[in-house]
Amino acid sequence: MKKKDVPQDQNATLGGHRKALYAVDDNGQYSVVPTTGWEVEETVTTLAVEQYNELTDDALARAKQGLTAPLEYHMFAKRLNLTTLAQATGLFQWQVKRHSKPAVFKKLSTRVLQRYADALGISVTELQQLP
Amino acid sequence: MTAATTSTMPKTQFAHQHAAHCESGAVSSLLRHYGCEISEAMTFGLSSALLFAHFPFIKVEGFPLTAYRAMPGTIIKSVESTLGAKMRRERFRNKQQGMDRLDELLAQGHAVGLQASVYWLPYFPPDMRFHFNAHNLVAYGKREQEYLISDPVSEFTVTCASEDLARARFVKGMFAPRGLIYYPSEIPTQIDYARAIGRAIRRTSFQMLKTPVPFVGVRAIRYLADRIANIESRNADPRYARLYIAMIVRMQEEIGTGGGGFRFIYASFLQEAGRLLNDARFAEASDSMTQAGDAWRDFALLGARFCKKKTEINTQQLADAVRRCADFEDSAFRRLRDIRL
Repeated sequence: MKKKDVPQDQNATLGGHRKALYAVDDNGQYSVVPTTGWEVEETVTTLAVEQYNELTDDALARAKQGLTAPLEYHMFAKRLNLTTLAQATGLFQWQVKRHSKPAVFKKLSTRVLQRYADALGISVTELQQLP
Repeated sequence: MTAATTSTMPKTQFAHQHAAHCESGAVSSLLRHYGCEISEAMTFGLSSALLFAHFPFIKVEGFPLTAYRAMPGTIIKSVESTLGAKMRRERFRNKQQGMDRLDELLAQGHAVGLQASVYWLPYFPPDMRFHFNAHNLVAYGKREQEYLISDPVSEFTVTCASEDLARARFVKGMFAPRGLIYYPSEIPTQIDYARAIGRAIRRTSFQMLKTPVPFVGVRAIRYLADRIANIESRNADPRYARLYIAMIVRMQEEIGTGGGGFRFIYASFLQEAGRLLNDARFAEASDSMTQAGDAWRDFALLGARFCKKKTEINTQQLADAVRRCADFEDSAFRRLRDIRL
């Protein structure tokens, strides 16, 4: 990629920061060039962010209807999923799935709730509540 | 290879440099701080970290893993065998131990590499904060309850509060850092670059051309192309196809590197190697690698348009674009393989 072709698309997803990449100057020599982003990156990152937003909103709606536990909402709100939340807590996926049932969640011990809270970076109280 | 080494004396001032990739950026920046003048590109190239792999059976966020480099930690470890340096690596049982040791080393005047989760580093832009636990950064000082951080992918130095850094360093999950701290304890007085470069490029071209499994190397690029071509037969949901492609493009362009995967960094390494060894063959190999990087970017552009639901782009075209990448990569690595030093 040539230096002059390095995109400077001011990606909103970069939050005003710049990344560095390697590009060649007119003499064909490589150097590090800062970039405000490529719209391609913005497209795919936004798709991923929106996917989590959708999962979060959907989980929130179902939690408010009592169809799922607040755990599922908090999981997606922190961009985790069943696999990664299980890994982050050291629990099995089937356990996390089971704990996402409202009736089961209500009866969870403080110890287990604390494990989830730590992995999610919130307090146990926040974990048990919905916004 | 036992080169003469010296014990390291860090420089008094830490010089931050903007890098394209976190692990090569952090490692090269530490090496320079401890007296070994080496670029990010050379560090990356010598480590033979350049790769391609696609594993349909390993999932990241529900989608197959596509990697453009070798396992995290490859570059840190490689400095021992490639440069003859010694890298001290320490891991800890808990946050307290890990943070105390960090404070101890900083108080002694060291700058150290850390492994941490991107998600929990507050200075990352919100849209970039996903759960990737093998990010690398350098801590070079402490000021009250804040750490002075040289994050290679940031343009400028940043600070990070103690609590946040502790959390980021001790997340559990895939590639869990366990508080990893690393720094060079010995730097070679002399580096046999001809030998190091010769070995590194042989290793890389072998990895890309000769790995006997279909999930690694140029074969894997063609395998991915085939997988893209028949996405719809595995999952008819157009949403799935878009997210599938988006994940590949994210791994290529966004996660772990800036631009065209690691091909451009490697092309820069080849150029530098050519200058160092006064060997014109490297310039041609570098051009070839640049073309491969450009081919990947062409694919990424098509991929993004596909994700935006541009109906004129279909999976066949995407597959063909990936096959073109395979062709360019094949050509580039064969050229590399033919450079015998």
